[in-house]
Amino acid sequence: MSTLHSLATDIALGNVKIIDLTHTLDPNFPVIILPPEFGQCARFRMEEISAYDHRGPAWKWHNLTLSEHTGTHFDAPSHWISGRDVPNGSVDEIPLDAFVGPVVVIDCSEGAARNDDFELTVEAIENWEAKHGKIPAGTWVLMRTDWSKRSGAAYLNMREDGPHSPGPNPEAIQFLINERNIRGFGTETVGTDAGQGAHYVPPYPAHYFLHGAGKYGLQCLANLDQLPPTGAILLAAPLKIKSGTGSPLRVLAMIEG
Amino acid sequence: MTEPLAFPPKKDPQKRSVTPTRPPEARSRASLALTAAAAEGRFALQVCDECETVQYPPRDACVNCIGTDLCWNDVSPKGHLLAETTVQTSTKLFFRERAPWRMGSVKLDVGPVILCHIHGDCARDSAVRVLNRLDKSGQAVLIAIPLERSDHMDDDPQLRALSAHPKHRRILITDAWNPNTPALAHALLNAGAATVFIGEAESWRPHPNRDALAKMANVEVLPLDVTDTSSVQKLAGEIGGKTDILINNARFLRPGGVLSRSDTGFARDEMEVNYLGLMRLAQAFGPGMCARTADGINSAAAWVNILSAYALSNTPEYGCFSASNAAAYSLSQSLRGEFRSSGLRVMNVFVGPTEDDWHAPLPPPKVLPQSLARSVVDGLSDGLEDVWCGDIAKDICDRWRQNAKVLEREMTFGSDGA
Repeated sequence: MSTLHSLATDIALGNVKIIDLTHTLDPNFPVIILPPEFGQCARFRMEEISAYDHRGPAWKWHNLTLSEHTGTHFDAPSHWISGRDVPNGSVDEIPLDAFVGPVVVIDCSEGAARNDDFELTVEAIENWEAKHGKIPAGTWVLMRTDWSKRSGAAYLNMREDGPHSPGPNPEAIQFLINERNIRGFGTETVGTDAGQGAHYVPPYPAHYFLHGAGKYGLQCLANLDQLPPTGAILLAAPLKIKSGTGSPLRVLAMIEG
Repeated sequence: MTEPLAFPPKKDPQKRSVTPTRPPEARSRASLALTAAAAEGRFALQVCDECETVQYPPRDACVNCIGTDLCWNDVSPKGHLLAETTVQTSTKLFFRERAPWRMGSVKLDVGPVILCHIHGDCARDSAVRVLNRLDKSGQAVLIAIPLERSDHMDDDPQLRALSAHPKHRRILITDAWNPNTPALAHALLNAGAATVFIGEAESWRPHPNRDALAKMANVEVLPLDVTDTSSVQKLAGEIGGKTDILINNARFLRPGGVLSRSDTGFARDEMEVNYLGLMRLAQAFGPGMCARTADGINSAAAWVNILSAYALSNTPEYGCFSASNAAAYSLSQSLRGEFRSSGLRVMNVFVGPTEDDWHAPLPPPKVLPQSLARSVVDGLSDGLEDVWCGDIAKDICDRWRQNAKVLEREMTFGSDGA
């Protein structure tokens, strides 16, 4: 039996399960909020073109409005100034094999439950590796915080001094890039950086270092609690948008058992 | 004295809602200037330029000297009630449904004797003041009221039919985020509104008005985002059948003209909120409100838009925002035509710079939330169509009427380069 045939059989038999890591695109799903004098991320909007009526008697369809960075989405290197000169840095140029690959999940849910500003540190990564083994090169690393179970105002958790949500500190993201050569980094929050990420040096270190090194980002992920720490395969292919800096996408994971 | 208007009982769900009817709409073109004055709450009559005769009803020539230079001037509304009667029935459905209806003749201090509606509190053979008001057809009619105000005189059924008074009505304010919303809600409740619904966009992030609104009695904050068709339709499905007055204060504003921006991003947001937002609201709430304009004491009465006075003539410092408001103003005129047959009134409240973050660099005077709220309540009480709130809006209106091109030139002065 070929590898692919074997995989298809295992999926059909339930030996390999498909997990959806995607939030539904919904007008009420939060987007990142920047100071109001800056350009803003478009909210997801859906306008009916026709619905089996005088505008089109036998068909229903919609026009959509959204940003490249609305909902569960992929960040390409060209999203950040540090990655603007990275070769093949936009979603239409990224080699296809980047979109399917192994994934590890670092469970930070206990820490994030205690502290809205929980940081993923080098020490936490090393502790995780002591249990689960060294993170292989070319792996997606997802930070599980169970933040996707929050809704409404608790998700952005915006206060007068800005949003408060967990994320990696500058040392941790540099460690994953320089010492482990990961494929990319993903979170359940609205960005790959912590809510207070603007106050690190450099500001927004996950964006800055990941994209500067030609790595990818995934954010607004869901259902990370259904993934094993190691052994899953991630399918995350952004839309093929000319010179796109990112894209909403359906993120799927395959797990065994 | 007028008895206070009782809070209406709940509707009998087995009874058909009363179909809206209208008083006669036909007028001569000369008479429409009276309507234009009523739209702003002014009492104006034709005055002959040659012989200074004041005349009523409006004509194309002077009754005294046949001169044709007739100006519409604000004149004293005072007069004396000569004779009165009470009409018990009528061939016109509108009056038939509302009979008995008091009518009479008034000798105005400025000369003419007029036939007009008579407020229930006017005593026989007494001094009166005549109001020029819009009726359900959107045309000017005159009603005599006593010189002295009494506590409940706005509750007189004939006067209330010529207003969109907030008393006992359920009012939707569309944008909880706008700095003017708490003041608007407060003023409407003080004027007797039964309930103020407030639409709140993006409840997933905090805004400064939330605590103030949460503390107010008879205020219901409900999800509404005028940029999201499904959200507008959903709220209309929930409360569209009991929205008597809709006040659209949703506004997106960023400073700048065309060249001070390098893209169409903010302009798109301005059009989405200020123009398409109005359209979405009208498509979702308009038909239901139009069907309920004869629905008793808390019938649907008015649609209110808060517009920038720069809708009339663009100010390039806020050029793109002004353009979106010009679009909204034009759309409001279409709505007037589309709502006309139902008797639902469109009231535009024009403001100059408002007291908020985006006008912070401008010098005073700026329109305070309380001033806007007062203008809205007064405009509804007087049944107006056009309200100019604050000195800057009034000034722009005056200059626009004098000479729109001169105003445009004044608004577009250049600056000398270094």
